[in-house]
Amino acid sequence: MVQRISREEVAHVARLAQLALSEDELDAFTSQLAAVLDHAADLEALNVDDVEPSTHPFPLKNVLRIDDPGEVFAIEEVIEVAPEVEEGQFRVPRILGES
Amino acid sequence: MKATEIVEKVSSGEVSARSIAENYIETINESESDVNAFNLVTAEQALMDADEIDSKIASGETLGPLAGVPISIKDNLCTRGVETTCSSKILEGWKPPYNATVIEKLKEAGAIIIGKTNLDEFAMGSSTENSAFGPTRNPHNLELVPGGSSGGSAAAVAAGFSPLALGSDTGGSIRQPAALCGVVGVKPTYGRVSRYGLVAFASSLDQVGPFANTVSDAALTLEVISGHDPRDSTSIPEKPLEISGFLNQGIEGMRIGVIEELSGKGLEGISPDVSSKVEEAIKVFSNAGATVESASVPASIYGLSAYYVIAPAEASSNLARYDGIRFGPRVEASTTAETMTATRTKGFGDEVKRRIMLGTYALSAGYYDAYYGKSQRVRTLIMNDFAKAYEKFDILISPTAPTTAFPLGDKTADPMQMYLQDVCTIPSNLAGHPAMSVPFGFGEDGMPIGIQILAPAMAEREMFQAAKVLESESGNGIE
Repeated sequence: MVQRISREEVAHVARLAQLALSEDELDAFTSQLAAVLDHAADLEALNVDDVEPSTHPFPLKNVLRIDDPGEVFAIEEVIEVAPEVEEGQFRVPRILGES
Repeated sequence: MKATEIVEKVSSGEVSARSIAENYIETINESESDVNAFNLVTAEQALMDADEIDSKIASGETLGPLAGVPISIKDNLCTRGVETTCSSKILEGWKPPYNATVIEKLKEAGAIIIGKTNLDEFAMGSSTENSAFGPTRNPHNLELVPGGSSGGSAAAVAAGFSPLALGSDTGGSIRQPAALCGVVGVKPTYGRVSRYGLVAFASSLDQVGPFANTVSDAALTLEVISGHDPRDSTSIPEKPLEISGFLNQGIEGMRIGVIEELSGKGLEGISPDVSSKVEEAIKVFSNAGATVESASVPASIYGLSAYYVIAPAEASSNLARYDGIRFGPRVEASTTAETMTATRTKGFGDEVKRRIMLGTYALSAGYYDAYYGKSQRVRTLIMNDFAKAYEKFDILISPTAPTTAFPLGDKTADPMQMYLQDVCTIPSNLAGHPAMSVPFGFGEDGMPIGIQILAPAMAEREMFQAAKVLESESGNGIE
């Protein structure tokens, strides 16, 4: 039987989600994700073409507040929990090619 | 002791808040090593907060409605300066620079935060076995799971570590562990309680709610944490709930429907013990003057499928922020992109990875309509079917979970089996309706069974009135 999601597709979504998988993990996740998608297959038989999708239980209006500047986090507090900091800013490894 | 009693005794000066806190800390010290309900016990801070309550009493200041009551907090609610991990390695050591709105409200009410409780990583799971810091065990039988994802909070209340706890419920994560641990657990109407400072899993489904030993304690806690919050754009612009004063009004004339798709023969895998408890509950409600009939919510059978598309889809987006750049631990690599991948690969556990990938897949080009789009339409069907049922009924009931607590390791190899634990609880999240689990006796294995009471949006009061009737006949929550 053809699985609902292929090993290649799992490898692809893992890349999109910035996750690195071992060959064994790729096998295991493929069959587990296929099982969940198999279960979701009961939705296929449903005809919902005339039904509007709901994203939230209540119709949401765009809520605006008065533009009243309130308290903000102190920079010290925010960078205190950062993994790497330089001169009050987040430090990251090189992003442009050069080696 | 009940929270309502503690407030009375502390406020009247009969007992000090410090001695109350000391008692609970002693119980924690005695059995926490067996149960593992907590990621962090904040005993020292709790005692200082208790002293502050006591000095307020001494100086005659007015006290809040939860003065001196210890409470455990699920570790996905931000507590300023206190480690908040979501039971994930990717947030290990992270101390939020702010409090969740519910934490601010609890503090203002005089509650004493006693610790941060264990959960399935990022609230993804139904047994608390997906925690990066080891599983929580069921206080009724340490070989069995407490349910999840708020298993630490449910176990903390069941073990007597605190009379109250907060959890979060995305697909049943308050109600199912409440049922498996024999305590009261409430998921309010979506938007009743602020989500500001609740670490996001599936934003259109997540809702914060209380655990307690009694229905009245749960009501009191919900009153404190509910109400509009300008910091949460999905917050309902309403005043805090008022339930306590209406708890004992009874259910004379109330129309109660038993959801046939989620109980008895309609539910595959339901244990006979659980079925017979539902029958008993029906008798209790009838004897109390309600009319009880069978109800149908046909689309609820698609709830599980729709949920396991919608929740992972939202999670895949929400969890994109964990990349080791701005907070949390970082796994260094030679480029920024590789650093992000290395951090996420090491930081997330298997279940979180599964859901991120599932969600990424369901949202990807070519599959969006088939999975995500369709599931959102099914969500509408479920809402419509609930609306139809509530034309005939005031509240609905079902079991909370299909079985009693199961052994550790029983379902970890097969994610789909684990997901089936939430089959009765998920429809309320998809509809945004309130629902709660009330402990109602035990199965033949000696483990607790919970009855779920569901109500239309905003009808928490009626839901609690029915819960109170059930509790009074269950031997729990002795007045």
